[in-house]
Formats: sequence, structure tokens, C-alpha cells
Amino acid sequence: MMTNMEYSVSQLEQTARQIRAKLVEMSHYGKASHLGSALSSVDILVSLYWKKLGLDQNTIKASDRNRFILSKGHAASALYAALAFKNIIPKDLLETYCQQGSKLEEHPGPGNLPGVEAATGSLGHGLSIGLGMSLAGKIKKQAYHVFVLLSDGECNEGSVWEAAMFAPAKGLNRVCVIIDFNKWQATDRSCEVMALQPLKEKWRAFGWNAMEIDGHDMDELSRALSSIPDNPEKPTAIIANTIKGKGISFMEDDNNWHYRIPNEQEMFRAKEELGIL
Amino acid sequence: MRNAFAKELTLLAEKHPELVLLTGDMGNRLFNEYKQKFPDRFYNCGVAEANMQSVAAGMAMCGLRPVTYSIASFNTLRCFEQIKIDVCYHNLPVIIVGVGSGLSYAELGPTHQSCEDIAMLRTLPGMTVIAPGDAVEVKFALKAAVEWGKPVYLRLGKKNEPVVHDTDPDFTIGKAITIKKGKDICLLSTGNVLPLALDTANLLENKGKSVTVVSMHTIKPLDEHALENAFLNYSCVATIEEHSLRGGLGSAVAEWLIDQNRTYPAKLTRFGCKDVFLHASGGQNNIRTLFNIDPESIAQSL
Repeated sequence: MMTNMEYSVSQLEQTARQIRAKLVEMSHYGKASHLGSALSSVDILVSLYWKKLGLDQNTIKASDRNRFILSKGHAASALYAALAFKNIIPKDLLETYCQQGSKLEEHPGPGNLPGVEAATGSLGHGLSIGLGMSLAGKIKKQAYHVFVLLSDGECNEGSVWEAAMFAPAKGLNRVCVIIDFNKWQATDRSCEVMALQPLKEKWRAFGWNAMEIDGHDMDELSRALSSIPDNPEKPTAIIANTIKGKGISFMEDDNNWHYRIPNEQEMFRAKEELGIL
Repeated sequence: MRNAFAKELTLLAEKHPELVLLTGDMGNRLFNEYKQKFPDRFYNCGVAEANMQSVAAGMAMCGLRPVTYSIASFNTLRCFEQIKIDVCYHNLPVIIVGVGSGLSYAELGPTHQSCEDIAMLRTLPGMTVIAPGDAVEVKFALKAAVEWGKPVYLRLGKKNEPVVHDTDPDFTIGKAITIKKGKDICLLSTGNVLPLALDTANLLENKGKSVTVVSMHTIKPLDEHALENAFLNYSCVATIEEHSLRGGLGSAVAEWLIDQNRTYPAKLTRFGCKDVFLHASGGQNNIRTLFNIDPESIAQSL
């Protein structure tokens, strides 16, 4: 599955800035919350879609395609924007986000939108679905990889740890879980609500090859993803340290932006900061 | 019923290379033959039903036909949201099998009794709910479920229940099967109480009543044609089930009846589990009697 994955770090960073600006617009015009959660995951999505997944208009329906599941479904806008900027879905579809009758729902729905592998929104489902896809690949002797993006708050859910125990037991090694570790959940600090730390050691103890990186450093992200062999010995967990609201100074690490929607003035200020007008 | 299920599943797996069995650490030795024949299509998913249901959904998204198997209560209520979102919202061909439904495992206590599953599962859009009446119906129900191509909940009893059908019935999902035909009373039975419904019919016939017994093996979609006939042609229609009176077959029939917005000759009477947890040991027949789901109690009140 060959695609042009030779993007420079500065090209990827520019794409991420464009996507962030789009997300602010989408939140404003769609009157949709969860902007902070979407912004923290942008660099992860860009590195996945531009450097790792090998998905484009032609491969998006192939039965042996790599699969990506946005388990933190509340960051749907970031997934839609990544798919649009990758030309997998039409870019003007983004203007319909959260409008009456749009396929771009506030949480990703099932079917009919290429690139949305599973409907998510209730936390703690995506990894298990991904493991089912991986198990199907094993049975059908297809060597695709499955990537699943979780939020740190999502790791509160017991089903995440059921899945964490399941994958190594069944030899599901072509699976990579990425935790968007932005240190916040809906109403509190994620490390205070539950004993989340030490997160990397938890995954390691569950039998995963775990690494911790800066989830906003394109170079580190790309290197982490490319370090996964075609036939790994263990499933991979990448703890990506991120900042909620990343990229917009007045949203960074301010959990009000879990639910808050930018007004027009804030939207322009944000786009100005990103250098996208 | 569970032996008939395991036997038929093994036969079907031969013809359907996309069938995969997932168990929640249940069915000790029951699936030995299946496992021996299809080692790469059997996975013990452990005591982790939520993960198992989502794994099944992920497999179905990739073209496989997973069957999840565990004790009815654990395989439905424990992972209800996974069934709602991952299986039903995506409309995937996953067969969810609940063994030991109703009061089958009565002696194990309310933790292992399953008298809420029909009520819960039938609220899910796209879900088909089937409760076969005996081992023969189990065989045909499983076969039909595999061909159905949509989410199915298959509600099984335990083992060694009396077999009702001595010939192969004409089994279609959503079509009730008339077991015996009478004129006065129509007993609508779902699941493992089918033999009990026949015993009840015998008692009633000894009292001079003529009784029809129907196996309503599919609770969703309901056989509306059969209901229409029953309420038009009998003086009394009674539902019998090993399930709470809140939300089971009796409720489904009552909902249908009120939605018809007309008066029928027949009145509806419902027999099922009362709205209580039992805090004392007892076997299946003992608890059936406590809940008046026994031939004598039913015959007496009809």
C-alpha cells in the first residue's frame, strides 16, 4: 500500500495549523463543544494520516487497509477535518458539520462516511472494536494494522482494561493504541479523578510495548509510529503527552474549552494566532 | 438446549467459514468438537463480556459472523451498551447467545437468573429476539439466525429440557408455531416454558376446555398475524414466560393489543415472574410455583 508519505516536519506542522483553524470554525458555526479535546489530538491525527496509515481515496475501502478508530469520539471534528484535508471526504462537507441532516454528526456515526471505521462517543468501546478487526485480520490472514486513539479520561472505563488484557493473550500485535494524554477529563484533572499514573507502566504490565512521547512534536510522533515493525512481537501503546486546547493560547490547558464554544471574536483571534486567515 | 446449540453450531461452522465462536469463559467441554474442528475460529474471551461484544462487532465489520456465548444475564445486561452501540447501531450480524435464561439456573440465585433480558434487548432498534421452545427449535433458530444477517439475541434454556417437536417444524423468524390446536383458550408460550404450556393445556382439557398452544419463539419482531388470529378466535389468550411480567412477551403482546385500538373477543392474561428478588434457595420448579408459572396455577386461573 504505497502512498507519498515523504512529508517534511514543517509541511505537517502547517497542515496541523490549518486543521486547527478549521476546527475552531467548525465549533463556532456548528455550535459544537469538545473543541479542547479535538485540538489536543490534531498532531497525532496528522502524523497518523500523513505518515503512517497509507489511506487515501483509493485505499480507504480496501479490505486489507490499515484501520484507524477514533475511540474518543467527542473529537469527531478533528477526524472529519483530517479526512477532508487528506481528500478522503470532500472538504466542503466540513461546512455542514453539526448542521441539520449532515452526515458529520457531533459524534461519528456508523457507515456511509469513508474513513469512519466505527461509531464512537460512548467511551471505552473503540479499542475492543479495533481488537475485533485485528482478530478478523488474523483469521483472514491479512496483515493490516489497527490504530486506536483513546483519551486519558477514557481510561477510566473498565472495558479499556479488559481490552488491554485481551490483545496480548490472543497475539493481536498489529494493534497500536495511542492515548491523547491531555491531563484533563470533562470536569477534572484526569490523574486526580482516577489513579491513572503511571500510565506507561500500566500498559507495559498488561503486556504491551509502551512508549511515552511529546504528542505535539511531529518528529517524535513520526518516529514513534515508524518504530512499529510490520510484524511486532507485542501490541504497541503510545502515551502521547498533549495539551488540551493546543495551539490557541487562550484555550491551552483551560478545561472550560471542554464544553465552551468560541464566539466570532474568539474564532478570529484563534485563527490569527494560528496564522490562518 | 445448549447441547443442541453446540451440535448445530459445529455443523453450521462447516458450511460457513465466516462463523466464529466467542465465549465468556463458559461452555466447559460443550464445544470440544467445535474447538477440535475449528481451532482458529474459537476464542475464549474470558470473564469480560463488554470487551467480547465489541470484539464481535469489530469482527463483523470485517465480514465475519461472530457468535458470543455466555450466561444470559452476563451476555446481555452486563454489556448492554456494547450491544446497543457496537452491534445494533452498526446493524451488524452478531448472534448474542444467552444460556440459562429465565429461571434455568434458579438455584444459583438472582445473580444467575435472567428475567430482564427480553425486556432490555427488545428496546434496541434492529435487534431480533428469539427464545426457542425446545432443542429442536434451537437448531432451526440458530440456522435461521446465521442466515438473518442482522443482530440477533438467542435466548436459550439449559440442558435436558423435554423435547416438544417430534418432527421438524416449519421455523421462520417472526412466525409463531402452532403446537396443538383447540377452540377456547390460546396459550402463547415463549422459550423454555413450552413443555409447561403443553402440560397446562392437558390439565385444561381434563376440565373440558379446548386449548391451542403456540410457540412464540420470536418476541421481536412479533408475529402480528398470529396475534390477530388469537385475539379474534378465542375467548382467552394467555402468555406464559420465564421472564419478568414487566417487559417480556406478555408486555409485548399487551403493547400490540392496545395499539390496535379495537375490541377483540379475547381477553389477555399474563403469566411470568413477579417483580421481586427471591432471597431463599430453590430450584426452577419451586420458583415457577412461587410465581404461579406452573400448570396447576395457570389452569386454575384460566
